[in-house]
Amino acid sequence: MTTPERQLLSGDDAVALAALHAGVRLGTGYPGTPSTEILETFDRLGGRAQWSPNEKVALEVALGVAFAGARTLVTMKHVGLNVAADPLFTATYTDVEGGLVIVSADDPGMASSQNEQDNRHYSRAAAIPTLEPIDSQQAYDFTLLAFEISERWKIPVMLRITTRVCHSKTIVVPRAPVSDVAEPSFERKIPTRVMIPAYAKPAHHRLRAKLAEIAAWNEAEGPIRLDVGDSKLGVISTGICAVHAREAAPEASHLTLGMTYPLPLERIRAFAAGVERLLVVDEGDPVLVDELRAAGIAAEGKPEMYRFGELDVARVRRILAGDTSPEPVPPKGKPPELCQGCAHREVFQALGELGCIVSGDIGCYTLGVLPPFSAMDTCVCMGASIGVGLGLRHVLPEEQARRVVSVIGDSTFVHSGLTGIAEMVYNPPATGHLVMILDNGTTAMTGLQEHPGTGRLLDHSTTNKMSFEGIARAMGVQNVQVVETTDKSVSLKDVIAELLAKPETSLLITRQPCVLAAPKIRFYDKAAAESARGHTCSADVAD
Amino acid sequence: MEKVKNIVIAGLGGQGVLTASDMLAEAAFRAGFDVKKSELHGMSQRGGSVSSDVRYGEQVLSPMVPAGEADVLLVLEATQIEINRPMLRAGGVLIDPSLLSEGALKNKKSLNVALLGAVSTVLDIPQEHWMAAIYANLAEKLHKVNDQAFALGREAALKGAIAKHPLNRV
Repeated sequence: MTTPERQLLSGDDAVALAALHAGVRLGTGYPGTPSTEILETFDRLGGRAQWSPNEKVALEVALGVAFAGARTLVTMKHVGLNVAADPLFTATYTDVEGGLVIVSADDPGMASSQNEQDNRHYSRAAAIPTLEPIDSQQAYDFTLLAFEISERWKIPVMLRITTRVCHSKTIVVPRAPVSDVAEPSFERKIPTRVMIPAYAKPAHHRLRAKLAEIAAWNEAEGPIRLDVGDSKLGVISTGICAVHAREAAPEASHLTLGMTYPLPLERIRAFAAGVERLLVVDEGDPVLVDELRAAGIAAEGKPEMYRFGELDVARVRRILAGDTSPEPVPPKGKPPELCQGCAHREVFQALGELGCIVSGDIGCYTLGVLPPFSAMDTCVCMGASIGVGLGLRHVLPEEQARRVVSVIGDSTFVHSGLTGIAEMVYNPPATGHLVMILDNGTTAMTGLQEHPGTGRLLDHSTTNKMSFEGIARAMGVQNVQVVETTDKSVSLKDVIAELLAKPETSLLITRQPCVLAAPKIRFYDKAAAESARGHTCSADVAD
Repeated sequence: MEKVKNIVIAGLGGQGVLTASDMLAEAAFRAGFDVKKSELHGMSQRGGSVSSDVRYGEQVLSPMVPAGEADVLLVLEATQIEINRPMLRAGGVLIDPSLLSEGALKNKKSLNVALLGAVSTVLDIPQEHWMAAIYANLAEKLHKVNDQAFALGREAALKGAIAKHPLNRV
């Protein structure tokens, strides 16, 4: 995949190929649909990539790489940027030496997400220059451009892609790999990297000056595409909407913005002056149209009903026509379900039979909320199962409080469950609490990725393995138990009932490999054992 | 400009919907067309409904097939026909497992490739690109069985199975 020939690539694969060609020294991230494949492909192409426990740590590691003068890529889904928001807002104050590109993969329409947040708000809030590709070719080109901008202005750059760009395959003509990427080397630059108030105050002024320069660059030579058509209608769009809009209104004039923060307002003003009707077509929140109006450009936005879900050619045609009549409701498909043979089934069966109030989390096991189990009562964000469960315990009448159980997966526990355990130990409810880790030995929901609890790296080679039971004991959880769900001599229901009866803090780990991952895990274990015996193993994993 | 060809492939998670759309997109790519392929996956891997759009032609803009504009709808599972029917244009072609006689496939997992064989009879992509695209997406040990499956589907279609399909007479 390294020859400059035309290829049919997904947006994710195009970002990975560009990262390779840009000379990225380390890619970090946390798996999350639709961003997951970027690091997997980067690894497959020969890049160095690793999964971090969560997105905050991934960004912090990348920041260290960039401070060392090397190029680095951080990938995550939209909600992952919430986890990474703390370092993000200060990272833009610092002067990064090597290029630092953060990928935010947004999911309008919520193909597999718990909200449809529009991360262009983060561009403005954290003051991070943002590029939005329309297809795989631009995903490739803009990744390279993002590194150039990042290094030129010593600022992190965000590549905001959406589900339809990540998971659509379109043709890409790659360029030759960059050959003159700087070697990492540490140079002490305290005032630009240590954000105590004395250094952060001038850093904020420097940040605003950088943005002004980048805005001027965007006006003069930014990635803007102008298609001059009929002056009756001018359409301004970004990302995937640009292709929907050009298909829906081929006769109109189109201005497609590649860098959507900071905006090229004068270019937009000039375009607006040349058309009779100016319509902004963008997915999600009215971020762009609001900014144009604030700048005094009289732009028409989409009606409120189109804020929800993805846009497509048909919906853009309706927006163009000002049609706000109810949209046709697509027929419902078959919903996903827990796999046959999945150990989570037994857990939800038992929790249902015991009448538990289940504080749930993000992962495959969230499917426990659907029939036939209908055994999950709350689900907010990664790690929230523990905090929410504790809150319920603190205030519910005792009879109900004793039925509250927090349920979390193994990857999610490492991502953001550890601080929840600290909270449980520190502020235990009067009735105690029960946290269950449903450990299936993988990050199943996103496609079987590794995490610190599996003892394997992104490329499935072995590394240190974190012990959940050891951690819980060390943190001071009173009862720690492990149930192998294949062990039929133990009744899971009885164990749960017993722990619920104790006014103490408990962690119950149910352990059984994911049915989809088990064959691969056996293969990795065998490969590791062979390599430990001095054999080499070059076989690929069987599908 | 030549009209863009729109194909929707639908089924349930695990049936090979995405693999089939990868093969079709690659065949069109190898034939020199502009191609865009769109899919949604994630939770869909857990046995739920899955569909994927493939569009090819001289120039393709949106990667998504607009509802009611599919020239071909390939459905791998009978229960998924009705929910995907609104994608098909008037006069478009529906292809589903009823085209094949029961037990005709040696390996049930090659159903997606067998039905691609049927699809190949109604699209302007030369045969050699189909085979190259199928091989590129499968491990070598699976080539033979899928070769046979593709031929089986293609033959059924050429013998008139598509025209005889009750839902295609409408």
